Amino acid sequence: MNGLQVRDVAVERGGVPVLAGVSFDVAPGEALILRGPNGVGKTTLLRMLAGLQPPLAGSVGMAADSAAYASHADGVKATLTVQENLAFWAAVHGKALSDEVFGWFDLERLASRMAGALSAGQKRRLGLARLAVLGRPVLLLDEPTVSLDTASVALFAGWLRGRHLAGGGLAVIATHIDLGIAAPELDLSAFRAGPDAQGGSDEAFL
Amino acid sequence: MIALLVRDLRLAVRAGGGFGLGLAFFLIVVVLVPFGVGAETSVLSRIAPGILWVAALLAALLSLDRIFALDFEDGSLPLLATSPLPLEGVALAKGVAHWVTTGLPLTLAAPLLGVLLNMEGPAYPWLLASLALGTPALSMIGAFCAALTVGLRRGGLLMSLLVLPLYVPTLIFGAEVVRRGAMGMAVGTPLLMLGGITFGCVALLPFASAAALRVNLR
Repeated sequence: MNGLQVRDVAVERGGVPVLAGVSFDVAPGEALILRGPNGVGKTTLLRMLAGLQPPLAGSVGMAADSAAYASHADGVKATLTVQENLAFWAAVHGKALSDEVFGWFDLERLASRMAGALSAGQKRRLGLARLAVLGRPVLLLDEPTVSLDTASVALFAGWLRGRHLAGGGLAVIATHIDLGIAAPELDLSAFRAGPDAQGGSDEAFL
Repeated sequence: MIALLVRDLRLAVRAGGGFGLGLAFFLIVVVLVPFGVGAETSVLSRIAPGILWVAALLAALLSLDRIFALDFEDGSLPLLATSPLPLEGVALAKGVAHWVTTGLPLTLAAPLLGVLLNMEGPAYPWLLASLALGTPALSMIGAFCAALTVGLRRGGLLMSLLVLPLYVPTLIFGAEVVRRGAMGMAVGTPLLMLGGITFGCVALLPFASAAALRVNLR
């Protein structure tokens, strides 16, 4: 199975349905940008796609173990060096850690620095470099550019376009800023779940 | 799994990792007992097995809430959950790392502290054996309770209440091994029971921990 197919998916957060009837396709080499106001369910949808929670309804089609998820939290350990942090994720995924990755995310000079001593933007770059280490074809990115400066955003967009998408990978990105990537946008506010989407009936309680 | 184990051990020995905290707590509790019950050697030697086991249990409890909470806070846990490593493996590696950083040092230090409590000579090998056999169960049960309470604010307090009753069988049979050893009686039965608890915990609880983590990560 190639690409990512989402069909009529509904998701819930905290027991309340937030999105219903979401359908889209992303082909290899393409990206999809998720838009929508805060709280519309972008993060919830991405977590569901990553397999962290089951959908309420609908189906998701993608190859097994092909998704890499990046959330607001980077999963960076403060008392490990930048190199050790990346080496750990490489080892967990059974990949080799190539030195190129440090160059792609401008981390060469920081490789032996403790991650706890990094600035917020540098830590974010480290978190994004993890995605390159894993080399998984489906990237699920939740606000990947938070706390990055313009140069770092360009660096990341360049990697995404030039290495990931060009290499046949795909990405679903929730973001509020313009990454400079030609990609269709999907406004999730059109799929907001109504109160009647909660299902069940009063009879069940009577 | 090896990578996760190595990372956790490395984190534990680096600054702020809390390695040695449990050991220091164990030492202090055992040292305090003679002050509390008086320095009468016959009383101390009678209660020594129980004191050492209860102190070891409390020391193991001290570092339990860090097993998953730290990884949950910095976002590593969802990333581990989406990695090729099954959550069962994550739970097992975490339990083993906790044992190596807590249970193993406690086991090795306990005979020295037995001297402070005037423990009977024949009890020493059995103290070492019962702790070596019993502490892995403490770590695995602890990892399970940590998985149940991960993501809760002040989960550590709730976890102590959950985990201590589950430690009772390990405590009963562990202390019984040492007590019987001290009196020169046969220790076969409690030792087998203790081994049964440990092997059962190591074999089954990673699955329960993984199920609890899946629910808590939603």
